[in-house]
Formats: sequence, structure tokens, C-alpha cells
Amino acid sequence: MTIRVLSPGWLTSVQDTGRSGHAAIGAGVAGAMDGAALRLANALVGNSGNAAAVEITLRGPRLRFETDALIALTGATIDARCGAQAIPAWRPVAIGAGGELELGDMRRGARAYLAVAGGIDVAEVLGSRSTDINAALGPFNGRGLVAGDELPIAEMAPERFARLRRALRATSPDRAGESGGVVAAHWSLDPQPWFDLRGDLPVALLRGSHFDRLDAASRQALFTDSFRVGNESNRVGYRLEGPRLNPGEPLELISEGVVPGTVQLPPNGSPIVLMAESPTTGGYPRIGHVASVDLPRLAQRRPGEHVRFVETSLAEAQSRYLQREHALIALTQAIGERLSAA
Amino acid sequence: MSSARIEPLGDSALLVRVGDRIDEETNAAALALAGTLHAARLPGVSDVAPAYASVAVRFDIGAWRAADDQRPAHARLAQRIRELVEALPHEPQTHSTDAANGNDSSAAAAASENRSPANRGDDQIEVPVCYGDAFGPDLDAVAAHAGLDVRDVIARHVQADYRVAMLGFMPGFPYLLGLDATLHAPRRASPRTRVPAGSVAIGGAQTGIYPRELPGGWQLIGRTPLALFDPLRHQPALLRPGQRVRFRRIDADEFEALAR
Repeated sequence: MTIRVLSPGWLTSVQDTGRSGHAAIGAGVAGAMDGAALRLANALVGNSGNAAAVEITLRGPRLRFETDALIALTGATIDARCGAQAIPAWRPVAIGAGGELELGDMRRGARAYLAVAGGIDVAEVLGSRSTDINAALGPFNGRGLVAGDELPIAEMAPERFARLRRALRATSPDRAGESGGVVAAHWSLDPQPWFDLRGDLPVALLRGSHFDRLDAASRQALFTDSFRVGNESNRVGYRLEGPRLNPGEPLELISEGVVPGTVQLPPNGSPIVLMAESPTTGGYPRIGHVASVDLPRLAQRRPGEHVRFVETSLAEAQSRYLQREHALIALTQAIGERLSAA
Repeated sequence: MSSARIEPLGDSALLVRVGDRIDEETNAAALALAGTLHAARLPGVSDVAPAYASVAVRFDIGAWRAADDQRPAHARLAQRIRELVEALPHEPQTHSTDAANGNDSSAAAAASENRSPANRGDDQIEVPVCYGDAFGPDLDAVAAHAGLDVRDVIARHVQADYRVAMLGFMPGFPYLLGLDATLHAPRRASPRTRVPAGSVAIGGAQTGIYPRELPGGWQLIGRTPLALFDPLRHQPALLRPGQRVRFRRIDADEFEALAR
């Protein structure tokens, strides 16, 4: 059974939590730019956190469900309709076979996630279902989706779908959640801890190995000035425009490992934050690293929006990361209990 | 190898540096270290990736941060890595720093005995290359820069012994050590938007092979019909860190035959 792509939107791709264990042959992580939103979307449909879902960028696709499905939308605030009915986000929604999901513009943020119960059942490539568009690796030969693509999903037993619909309807006392083949749960997650609704929270940054090579003004500018997300930004890297940072004496660096979050400074003085599709090695000075916990926040900024960095320490960055992990796990369990009660 | 320096690479990775030069001895040490770290199967470590003179280690913060220990996860993992580094032989048995010397008793060969995905130590692999013309549009420019005629450039390129120092930039893109110093050539002033798959290229002192069609600024001297990277193969990357490489000159007919 499949979901058919009627139109792909701006950039839509299949993503999981990323690829591990192949950096030695030059294959990087890829995966969802906002990994927390992906995991919550999966939780809301009863999937494991690393199941493959659909990452939607800036403007959404039009999708036809060829089978009954349980879906959830998280991440960026996006217009979503099925026929006449608006599809609310951050909750499970049952959608009947033949339903056309129309995802439109984003009101806030840059990346939304659409999870489907059972996951997008494409073959793993190097142990992952994530699409590395820059490396042309992963599902659909590593490209974004195009009209006519079919996303394989598990067929849902009719009895299970009927039971799910009844359960979701039961949580929707005014029956407002029901229209046509669509039933949305009455309850939903509060996006606030997981999504920067105003898009102005600072992003925590660690000093990199070559931070000290910056001149004093550049060191200060990095943590006080505001940077604009450049128009060339993509899943590989965010190009930041703002104060030119002076790398001091030209550095003769030999290629070394880089990871998502690494902030490189090319000779032109405009930093690049490597994102999900970061290559595995790089030769530019590494002036900083975005804290892992804040990479999703940065990934939700659009070209033209701004970002400010605030300095953090390893201990603080790791503590915040673990706190978020614990919160994610607790929330996932709570959602699971609610779904299994259904 | 007690001189390894360990530094954070963000909050969930470490960089272990064994030197700061591009040469066989340093790279052999990096590959040996990568082999050791890979074999140690450290908990929560998701990637061990060697480069010219360093090894990047990606890890899960949760696996290395204990609730009763205020130290950052790095400190605990770095300590474990230091223990492993100290257990390695301090000096290789034999030294061979001559990049053109592919002698089996070299430190690099000794290091590559350690079999791991990062370090296979297989026998030398032969890479057929069709040089010049449409296959290597910059061959003339490289010859002019070297003050050699084209035949000498090809002869020198074919005679050298190469070793894969690292893979990076793209899946399956090998950075090779061993390029004859007379063939070092600056990158092109304006990079090409499309470099064909299999292009054998020189960028400064570095030489590599484009695994697929990509933009690139290196000088293209020839092209191999071999597939450098295929994710569906048992070994997706044709060339692996530590592997020895020789180039063999082929003509356009053989290229077409092998490409089929």
C-alpha cells in the first residue's frame, strides 16, 4: 500500500534519525533536520522514534492515501487540509483510503514532519532510510520526492483502523474531530517545549578548536551580533550573513572530521553551520559547534531569518541534551499509553 | 603513540589527533588508532572515522554521561580512549616516510594489518585510467605546470605507489597519498559545475577520484570506468582507508569495455 505524491512541494524527502557507522567511507549522518519533531511525530502514531517519516520544507506536498492510515504532523506550523477539513498538528489523525492531504504554506518554521503508522517502508541504504540529497544516498536514489512517487506504507487491518477511529472519536466529545474519512484526536501535544514558536530564541554555541584564532572583535561578534540565515542555506549547511569574522592569520589546515553542528569559517569570513547532511571531513577552521540540543531550533529558521548565538559549555550543552532526551522519552511513553488505551 | 591529543568536536564527538602533517607515517598512526577504536566497540560510539592525521569519534551523550558524575561525557570517553592509545605500541617496528615507497614493511603496512571497516589492509588494488582528451581535460595544463610533456606526466602518475589516506567530501571519495611531487598542481581558478564520475584529479598535493558526477575544482587528468561507490555492494566503497593503489593506463576502447 502506498501514499502517492501528487505534487512534491518545495522540498520533501524521506528521513529517519540518520545514518551511523559509515563516516569512515565518507557517508555522513543526514536524517531529519529537526530530530525531536520527527521522533514526536513517530510517537504520535505509535512508531519507534527512528521510523522513517516525511520531512517537508517551506511549502508542503499534496499526497493521496491509497489506504487507511494514522498520521501525525509536527514541527513547523503548516497549513494542512483534507478536502474541506483542516488537519490539526501535534496529534494523531485517522485518514481514510482515498483521502488527499494538502499541505500548504508554513506559518512558522522551515521543516514539518509527517509520520504514518508503521513508517515509510522504503529499503534501508547503509542501515538507514534517511535521504542524503547532497550525497545522492538513500531512498529514491537520494533525491527529494517528485510527483508520481509512491511511498510504501504498511497496510492497516480494517478492524484496527475502525478501532482507532472509534477511539479517537471518543476523545473528541463534540465530534468536531470527525469529517468525511478524517478523525482527529481531541488531545494534542503542546508544541511549545519542542518548537520555537516565535523563532527568536538564542542558539547555544560551543567554542571550536580554532575559536582562539579569531581576532578579538570577531570573537565578540560571534556571541553578540545577529546573523542572517543566507539564501543558499540547505540541509548541508546554513550560511550565516552578518559581521565578517576575521580568521586572523591564514590557517593551513589539513582535512579533519566534522559533524552536524560544526561551524566552519571559510576565507570569506562568513560562517557556515554544517547541518544534517554535513560531509564527514572538512578543511576550514572550526570556530564553534552548535549544541546538539539546539540544532533543531536552528534548522527551523528560514533563509532571511536571524539567529543569535549564546556561549555554552560542554557540561551545560550535554545536560540540556540529556534533559530533553528524558523529556522526550517520558512524553513518548505517555503518548504510547494513551494510544494503547485506544 | 602516546602523543595523541584529544579535543572535543562539539558536544557529541571527539577528535583524536596523532599529528598535524600529511604524510604516510602520521596517516598510518591515525589508521592504526581508528582500527583499535573500532575493534574496542566502545558503548554508544556510532562512528570512528580516520582522516589524514586524526580520528573523529561520534558518540551518544547518554552513554558517557553518568548521573553521579559531573564530568562532561567527553572526559569519560577521552579517558577510555587514552587507555586504549597507551596500550598501542609506542613506536612502529620500521619507519618508511617516503611517500613513494610502498614497501610492505612500512609502518603503514604494519598498521593496516588491523582489519576493520576503516582499515582493511587488503592487497594492492589496480585502478585502470584512461588519461587525457575528454577523459582528462586538464592533463595538458598539469603537464605545462610541471614542465613535462604529457607522456611523462602519465608515466609518473602510473609509476607511483599510492595509499588511501582517508575518505571524505562524498561517500567513496578517496584522498590518496603518494602523488609524485612534480605533479602537484593548483586547483582550477574556477571550479567546474560538473565533474564526471570516475575522474582522477589533482588538487595541490592531493589526488583523488570523484565517485560520481559532482562539482569540483581539481585538475582532471583521466577517468576510471570503475564504480568508486555503490551503496548496494557488500563493500560500498571500492577503496578503503589504508589500501594501496596503483593506476594502470588504458585506452578509450578498454575504458568502454570495462564501463559496460
